[in-house]
Formats: sequence, structure tokens, C-alpha cells
Amino acid sequence: MAVAETGAPVQRSAESRASLLSRLVGAQTPFQTKRAIWGYVYAAPWILGLIIFWGGPILASFYFGFTEYAVIGSPRFTGLSNYIRAFSGDELFWPSLGRTFSFAGMYIPFAVGGALILAVLLNQKLFGTTVFRTLFFVPHLIPAVALAVLWTFLLAPRVGPVNEFLRTIGISDPPGWLASRDSALASVTMINVWAAMGGNTMLIFLAGLQGVPQELYDAASIDGGGPWAKFRHVTLPMLTPTIFFNVVLAVIGALKVFTTAWVATQGGPSYATWFFALHIYFQAFQYFRLGYGSALAWVLAAILMFFTWVQVRYSRRWVHYEGG
Amino acid sequence: MAQGTLAQDTQLHRPSVSPRRATQTIVRALTYAIVLALCVLFGFPLFWTAMSSLKTIPEMFSFPPILIPAAPQWANYWTVLNIDYPVGRWFINSVLIVVLTTFGTIVTSSLVAYSFARFEYRGRDILFMITLSTMMLPAQVTLIPQFVLFYKLGWVNTHLPLWVPHWFGGGAFAIFLMRQFFLTLPRDLDEAALIDGAGYFRIFWSILMPLCKPVLATLAIITIIASWSDFLGPLIYLNTPEKFTVSVGLQFFNAVPEVGGEPMQHLLMAACVMSMVPIILMFFFGQRFFVQGIVMSGIKG
Repeated sequence: MAVAETGAPVQRSAESRASLLSRLVGAQTPFQTKRAIWGYVYAAPWILGLIIFWGGPILASFYFGFTEYAVIGSPRFTGLSNYIRAFSGDELFWPSLGRTFSFAGMYIPFAVGGALILAVLLNQKLFGTTVFRTLFFVPHLIPAVALAVLWTFLLAPRVGPVNEFLRTIGISDPPGWLASRDSALASVTMINVWAAMGGNTMLIFLAGLQGVPQELYDAASIDGGGPWAKFRHVTLPMLTPTIFFNVVLAVIGALKVFTTAWVATQGGPSYATWFFALHIYFQAFQYFRLGYGSALAWVLAAILMFFTWVQVRYSRRWVHYEGG
Repeated sequence: MAQGTLAQDTQLHRPSVSPRRATQTIVRALTYAIVLALCVLFGFPLFWTAMSSLKTIPEMFSFPPILIPAAPQWANYWTVLNIDYPVGRWFINSVLIVVLTTFGTIVTSSLVAYSFARFEYRGRDILFMITLSTMMLPAQVTLIPQFVLFYKLGWVNTHLPLWVPHWFGGGAFAIFLMRQFFLTLPRDLDEAALIDGAGYFRIFWSILMPLCKPVLATLAIITIIASWSDFLGPLIYLNTPEKFTVSVGLQFFNAVPEVGGEPMQHLLMAACVMSMVPIILMFFFGQRFFVQGIVMSGIKG
């Protein structure tokens, strides 16, 4: 009797403590509670990482965007002045944004379309496909700095092999490529397309092509469809989810273009390849205007989020999901 | 029914089969021609770079350009390691950073992925959604505050900012890739081990991890390539040439390709080739894993 009386409250409080903890971690039994706690333990490195390297910096950079800050000293709140300066007082803001869009407008169709063509060619069960695939892929592996350096030499106006080839086929006045203001942007685009075409985008397309059921091609053959009709009415519709995925990735990649332009031209000649990411880098890490740089980074983030949203929103009109 | 008509069809048109086959042959030959042309398009710049790295300086700048050097200067590869720029040091730095980054990514991302794939707890799904959404945010947003953080810690001009963050879960892509793989492994394995008295870490380490070898190879290759090629990070954090990685070092060399007034472009080309070879070799040997990983992330993403 006495034992029971003294035992009961202890038991009840232990139970209620356990159940409070269980409810906190979303579990019902002690076993589930213990398991949930281990779940948190194993996720802990990433939870910490998210707070230290993502959550904290995102909040900080949002705040820095409204301040004047140069690492030394502390941020001084200046309200919207960084954003006002970006939109109306910075001579390089709109041109660099426009240039980034021109780059994206040329890069995305060539890189994604080119990757699709390469994948269709490799899917023809040619002899030596593995060798071709490897060779197409290698440019994608070249570290971006080496890529820019080697193309600077290839495109050298006088002693480069590209212009030498153009001269031998009768073009007496070949372009100045990276060295000329008129062709630098196109040259940087070309280098990036060259490196990206046979890369991950192509591999993802190849996997997509192998997922198109053979029956559809057989049916198209019976209906008398030639290779073009098969491509247009079977391959393309079946690939739309893959195309969508690759375009989303290409947009993100294109708006962040940095290394090739920075190494090959330092943004020149006369700002011809001064992309938005370069502008952010210069403001933040050359002039140490960390507040202004943060505001610019948020402009880029807003543009990216907007484009991703638009793509997801309008994808329903052209993306075909099997069974969906 | 369909087969019947097809058979009839071929029988009826037997005389016209050979011109049709001829068109097929032409299309096939054309495809080969295009593919071979593309091989030149992708292969020539690499071939030209390799050849340039074996040239002398007059050959580098001869007009019209020379494709193949008269006598290959293999010594260029030795000389580049002994010029005033600490080129050898750059390679050692890069290897150190790549090893630490890859190791941290593999260890911590698989633990986090194990948690996402096998445990049930409050907030797990929200946490996973947040994880995926970090992939959409441009790096520039977090770059500046991270720089401030590392500056306050006194880590600027050290290698720490380049690898320490990778020990905190290794990033969204790594976690996503590992989680997808864990989900393909049958849960019966865990439960049998649990009944036999194994703890959760034991299940992870002795049962699941050995089964993850292919995806670990994929993750390692992708991480090594990304870390070896990284430019923006080292550019921001490293100031003195002794601390440079291969990427920033090459850029530094490219900006001033001469030592004491002597042009060094042929050596720059040799350094370029040296920066590409380890990655290309790795791809050749691990191609299968690499392709699988890209396909996995692409299809299921």
C-alpha cells in the first residue's frame, strides 16, 4: 500500500515527462522517441550547417543590403539607399544585367539544344559510342580557369589556330574574338557552350532518350513516320520533362556566369563581358562595399526566383508527364 | 495481325528494299560524318593545348602558327615546377583541400541522409524541403556574410573556409543523392539487424554503408571535380601565392605570364595541362559511377 502510494506519482511523472518529449519529437512509444532523438543526432551536422552557412548568412545579407559596411567597423543602416543607387545611380548596373541576359539568351538555346542533338546522335547505337561520349564530355571536366586560358590562346587574333584556319579558308579579316569589344561577349558565350554541350545536360538527355518506350517508335513506323516525324512526334513530347529540367538548370547556370569572363577578359574590353556576377564580385571583394554587394546579390536572387517560378508556372502548357 | 501485314508488306515490296537500304546506309554514313566532325570540334582544342605545352617560346608565337613542335619540350613540365611561382605548392594545396572536402562531404552527408531516409521525427520533411531549396539560391547571397564570418574568425588567407563548411552535411546535392540511394535499400536489413541487437550507428556503418559503395564513388568523383575546379572561393579567401590552389594560381600565372621579363606562356600551357589531367584520368576510371550519379540526380530530381 505504502509502496504503491509512493510509487504511483513517480511513475506518472516519468510517464508524463516521456510523453512530453515524445510529443515534442512527434513519436508515440518510447522506442519511437529514442529513434527520433537519434534521427536528430545524425542530422545535427546539417542542421548546424544550415544555421551557420545558410540561415544566418541569408538573414545577415538581407540586413547588409540596407547598410553601408566595409568589413572593418560595423554596418551602418542606410535604408533603401543601396537599392536606389543600384536602380538609378550605378552606371554599370543595367548594362551588366542586360549583358547577363544577352548571354543567357544565346547560351541556353545553344547549350540545351546542342546537348539534345548530341544525345540523339549518340543514341543511334553507333560503333564506338562510349568513346564518342567520353570525348564529348571531356570539355566539361576542364577546370574553368584552364578553359578560359586555353581558349584565350586558341582565339588569339594573330597567332591563334582558329583565325589561322579562317584565313586559310579565305576569310582575310577574321574577328578579334576575346580581344575585341564587338565579339568578346559572343566569344565568352561560345566558350561556355563548347564546354557545356557535351556535359551533364547531354548525359541527362541520353538517359531520357533511353526511357522512351520502343513501342512508340514501332507504332510510328507502322504509321509510315520517317525519322523526322518520329523525332517531332515521339521523342520531343516524351522528352519534355527532361528538357524542362535541363532548361531550369541552364537558366540558373547562365545567370551566375563568372569564371570564364573573369579569367579570359576581366570583364573587358571596355566592359563588353562585365556580367552581373562580376559586378557583385567587384563591389564586394575589390571595393569592399559589402552592403551594396549584398543588395546586388539579392537583386540576382530575386531575378532567379522569378524565372524559376515562371518556368514552373508555365511548364504545364508544354511539359508532358506520362500518366500524370 | 500487325505482324501479318508487315510480312506481306516486305514481300510485296521486295524489289524496292535495296534502294531503301541504300538511303539507310547514306543516313548512317552521314551520322558518322557528323559525329566525327564533332569529335574534331571537341578534341582539337585539347590536342592543340597539349601540343602547345611542348613548344618553345618562339614556336608559341610563330606566325603562321605551328601545330606540332619540331622537338617536343618535355622539360617544360619539369621547368614549370621550378620557376619563381610556387606551382608545385599550388598542386599540393589543391590536393589537400580536395581530400579534406571530399572526406567531410562523404562522411557527414551520408549520416544526414541516413537520418532523412530511415528515421521519423518532427520537422524532418520540412527540413528536407529547406535542404532542397538551398540549391536554388545563388551562392552570391551567402558569400558576403560567410566572408564576414570567416574574416572575424581570422580564417582569411587560410584554407579553412574552403573545406570546413563541407564537414557540415556536405551540401544539399550530396544529401539528396545519398538519401535517394538509401531509399532504394530494403528496410528489412535494418530491422533484422535491430532485432539482432545492433545499434543505429552499427546498422549505418556495418550494414548500409558497404552497400553504398557505388553511390559513394559517384559522390566522391563529383565532389573531387567540383572542389578541384572551384575558383570563386579560393579567389576570395586566398591572398598570398603560397596559399593558392591550382585554379587561382593558374589565373595569377595567366595574368602575368613572365618571370623577370622572360615570357612563360609555354609553361602556362604545361600548367594548364597538369591541372586538367588528374580530373580527366579520374573520369576515365570512374566513368560508370559518374554517369550513374548524374542520371540519378537528373531523373529523380
